[in-house]
Amino acid sequence: MSRVLVGVKRVIDYAVKIRVKPDKTGVVTEGVKHSMNPFDEIAVEEAVKMKEKKLATEVIALSVGPAQSQETLRTALAMGVDRGIHIEISGKDYEMLQPLHISKMFAKIAQDEKCDLIILGKQAIDDDSNQTAQMTAACLDWPQAVFASAIEKADNGLKVVREIDGGLETITTKLPAVISADLRLNIPRYATLPNIMKAKKKPIKKLTVADVGVDIKPRYEVVSVEDPPVRQAGSIIPDVDTLVSKLKELGHV
Amino acid sequence: MLLTKQLKIINRVSARAFSAKEVPQFTKDRYPVKRGNYNALNDHDISHFESILEKHRVLTGSDTDMYNIDWIKSVRGASNVVLKPKTTEEVSEIVKYCHAQKLAVVPQGGNTGLVGGSVPVFDEVVISMSLMNKIEHIDEYSGIVRCQSGVVLEKLESAVNEKGLIVPLDLGSKGTCHIGGNVSTNAGGLRLIRYGNLHGSVLGVEAVLANGKILNLMSNFKKDNTGYHLKHLFIGSEGSLGIVTKLALHCPTAPNAVNLAFVGLESFQQVLNAFLLAKKELGEILSSVEMIDEPSLMASTTMCNLQSPIQKYPFYMIFETSGSNDEHDKEKLNNFLKNAMEKSIIVDGVATNEPSKMRNIWESRERIAESLLKMGYCFKYDISLPLSNFYDIVGAVRERVGSHAKLVSGYGHVGDSNMHLNIVCEKFSQEIYKLVEPFVFEYTSKLKGSISAEHGIGFHKPKYLHYSKSPEAIELMKQIKNLMDPENILNPYKVLPLS
Repeated sequence: MSRVLVGVKRVIDYAVKIRVKPDKTGVVTEGVKHSMNPFDEIAVEEAVKMKEKKLATEVIALSVGPAQSQETLRTALAMGVDRGIHIEISGKDYEMLQPLHISKMFAKIAQDEKCDLIILGKQAIDDDSNQTAQMTAACLDWPQAVFASAIEKADNGLKVVREIDGGLETITTKLPAVISADLRLNIPRYATLPNIMKAKKKPIKKLTVADVGVDIKPRYEVVSVEDPPVRQAGSIIPDVDTLVSKLKELGHV
Repeated sequence: MLLTKQLKIINRVSARAFSAKEVPQFTKDRYPVKRGNYNALNDHDISHFESILEKHRVLTGSDTDMYNIDWIKSVRGASNVVLKPKTTEEVSEIVKYCHAQKLAVVPQGGNTGLVGGSVPVFDEVVISMSLMNKIEHIDEYSGIVRCQSGVVLEKLESAVNEKGLIVPLDLGSKGTCHIGGNVSTNAGGLRLIRYGNLHGSVLGVEAVLANGKILNLMSNFKKDNTGYHLKHLFIGSEGSLGIVTKLALHCPTAPNAVNLAFVGLESFQQVLNAFLLAKKELGEILSSVEMIDEPSLMASTTMCNLQSPIQKYPFYMIFETSGSNDEHDKEKLNNFLKNAMEKSIIVDGVATNEPSKMRNIWESRERIAESLLKMGYCFKYDISLPLSNFYDIVGAVRERVGSHAKLVSGYGHVGDSNMHLNIVCEKFSQEIYKLVEPFVFEYTSKLKGSISAEHGIGFHKPKYLHYSKSPEAIELMKQIKNLMDPENILNPYKVLPLS
């Protein structure tokens, strides 16, 4: 194996309270703190570990998004990624961008850069689509190993432990392949100061959507984004008998 | 009824779960202390309390267990009744009655105190402030908040956040502690270096005095020089002069930009060098400077399963900046870190403005106290020391207790010269107790430090008060106490030494 491609998406930080836009077209992103999608951090960590174990020779990070995505790429570089690629897309175009478009971009870059393995976070915490890894594998006609919780080298490929309903499934895959990282795959490192300084010298290649030749016409339309319903306030009742009669009244028993 | 039976079983299980946990010895048995000349609670008292409050706000029997033990399990009272008033008038009625009947009283907030100040020593009546939890008014123009004293700090924080303000103090126990308890103990915490202590931020209080009278010292202004500043008597007097029922707090504007750095250092001298450099280069945006030694961080990372951002170093520091312009602050912080690394003051570190990462880093600092408790019995000291000798005490104590202790560690608000010294051992023993006390206080006193920087005096430290205060000062304190509470019913056995 020689080259690993990882995806890093800039998302609203998970410690920030999400607010829905008044016109219900999406959520407020203006002036809100962003960070790298936590599952992508896990993907980056795994790729960097592979490089440290000499299972990979080069790690490339790809981010698709507005100018600020460069900060997310810098974080990836500080964590140990060798170089970054930024496909810049902003405004309405970015808001309407969908997993299929991203998948096609990953497929194109993987081919152009002659990558042998793509590791993506299993989902982004903003839209929770959980589609990009699967669709990328389909676009490239590569095998896929999604929801990985352990990755090891195997004879002519990789052994991947997957988190599935009710347990773990171990599979082997040939390369090239697409893997998606689940929560327990590893604990990502912090980008330390010396590495942040080194990362400033690492290259980030900037591309446009036209450069990768992907048609970004939306395939579906967002009808409405709404807050989850507010939980109704509970009430304190004096004794069990009242509880039982209330439950009966409401038809629960 | 089946359901009734099931609920009873649940009740029994939870009662057992509680009693199965190790409970400390009764304070009256563990420590040499004599009960004051108070009347014992009788059934008539209980029914009188029930006439003031609703019945379910008068707790008796095993319902009082959690109010009798402090969270570090250092003391255990034997109170038979816990009262939960909702209004100042109710507090006043209760205290008036106790005053007339000569019943001793302990006001209790979130019960997160570390010096046994909020738990009864014998059978004092516990007045829990937990239902006095109304935020009355937030003025976004002046930043002044008026609320009852039982509001949980974190609740107050989120309420003022909605208006673009922050509470001027932040503590590890914010999810449990009450703002009234913070005021009564003059709690310090992580932001003191920036916003000063509560004597500055609290603009007014309302308190119920020992005879039940309501004293209104509420103020809506930062400036009010009319007569003696009586409110200060209730800030830090630990409920011994009156029960704080309401307060007015000045809340600063929430910073738009918060940045955090966590760094590793090779020696305590470098900690001091880093602090000096931070003051110079971060100036007005510096909002927190914390020091953590390696054993302390090891405790929180292993006991609470947290990740240290960097490899092992003998010392770590946290620098927080709060300002109005993220670009400006980030640049300042990065320059500071770059310079500190070039000068080899710091060896490694991380810097972030991502809320999730900042939260994780703060967690590794804020959960040290809890982690040390999980390791065994913890002797805790909270002292102010001159910075030049700040860390020496840790080595001195380590040498003194030797293999008796599992761990001796020091961490704290180095920016405020405030050290949290901890000695963790398998369990409480008189032998270790005698090795560390009064040694720690004598050591502190020799350096002209404070034997209680922010935790207060409570039950554990009255006899050591003289290490930090002159006989004249203690005498005046006693006179004030005698004037305001002649029957000595408010939080007895605490704060002042017995004559």
